[in-house]
Amino acid sequence: MIRSEILRDIAPVIRDHLVICNIGLPSQELHLTDDQPTNFYMLGTMGLSSSIGLGVALAQDKKVISIDGDGSVLTNFGTLPTIANNVADNFILLIIDNGSYGSTGDQPTYAGMKTSLTAVATACGCENVVECSAPDTARTLQAALDSNKMTIIVAKCESGNVKVPVITMDPVVIRDRFMKAVQA
Amino acid sequence: MSVNTKIVDDLVANSVEFVTTVPCKQLAGVIDEIDKCDKIYHIPANKEDEGMGLCAGAFMGGKRPAIIMQNTAIGVTINTLVTLTQFYRMPLPMLISYRGELGEPVACQVEMAVHTKALLNQLNIPTYHFHKEEDVNELDAILKYTFMCNKPVAILTDASFWKGY
Repeated sequence: MIRSEILRDIAPVIRDHLVICNIGLPSQELHLTDDQPTNFYMLGTMGLSSSIGLGVALAQDKKVISIDGDGSVLTNFGTLPTIANNVADNFILLIIDNGSYGSTGDQPTYAGMKTSLTAVATACGCENVVECSAPDTARTLQAALDSNKMTIIVAKCESGNVKVPVITMDPVVIRDRFMKAVQA
Repeated sequence: MSVNTKIVDDLVANSVEFVTTVPCKQLAGVIDEIDKCDKIYHIPANKEDEGMGLCAGAFMGGKRPAIIMQNTAIGVTINTLVTLTQFYRMPLPMLISYRGELGEPVACQVEMAVHTKALLNQLNIPTYHFHKEEDVNELDAILKYTFMCNKPVAILTDASFWKGY
């Protein structure tokens, strides 16, 4: 199972929640699968999905899901201690861990080698860290939403991409409709 | 009133409720005041680009953000400033210690100081420079300007402003 299949599976689970989606193919795939005004698509700035999501979660009460990747978490490792020490129970970080930099041609990441992001998140002080297999992602995500506890999910999947068009929506439009969805 | 109290009072008066910081010796006093202020959620960041991500999220969540950091951070955050803060048109007041200016004891700080204004200028970031203590009186207007135009705005604060450190 590859990332685009996970995104297709979780679309019904995340549809009614605020979603910050990682740069590149993840955003393009989610945009193609199930575009929602509650989705904030990152068009640049690798690594900051979790930081943006935590910021949204700390600023208001609606549930926020940051969809991140193993490569992007490795880029912004400092995010995990910040998340651990600023608990927002309306925040879920979903790391889709395919062990590769998918958007740039599936170069392997260290998360696919010796480094366990689950162990790292736990060592950083995150309290609810769940590792799941790709087919279990939607169920695990729903359970995390139901728990009302800040949760880090590491969903292990295979690397691989499908062909998807780039997002041509203007960034200010993405941001504006997302902010209206926050306020709705 | 100390300059640190004045800065925090102006942030509060402008409804800034979410402040992320990466420390600098010059900024220790103001970071202390931020931490003590119960109207501001203070979230220390491990790196300044991470902090800008937190601020972008807080803004979209409905809270006015600010970041406090050293000028060396300009070197760390150019991509984030351009592809997140500016591209999505978000406001971000940046209170920046301007290390490497007159009174600086650490030679290496000068290496970034000589690039600081040129980089901010290249990025079309409105930039203010606090050199004398009374310059702080402009902060209120700078904050209003930042949230009016939805841009990152830099406030450089040098060692003379902080009376050494």
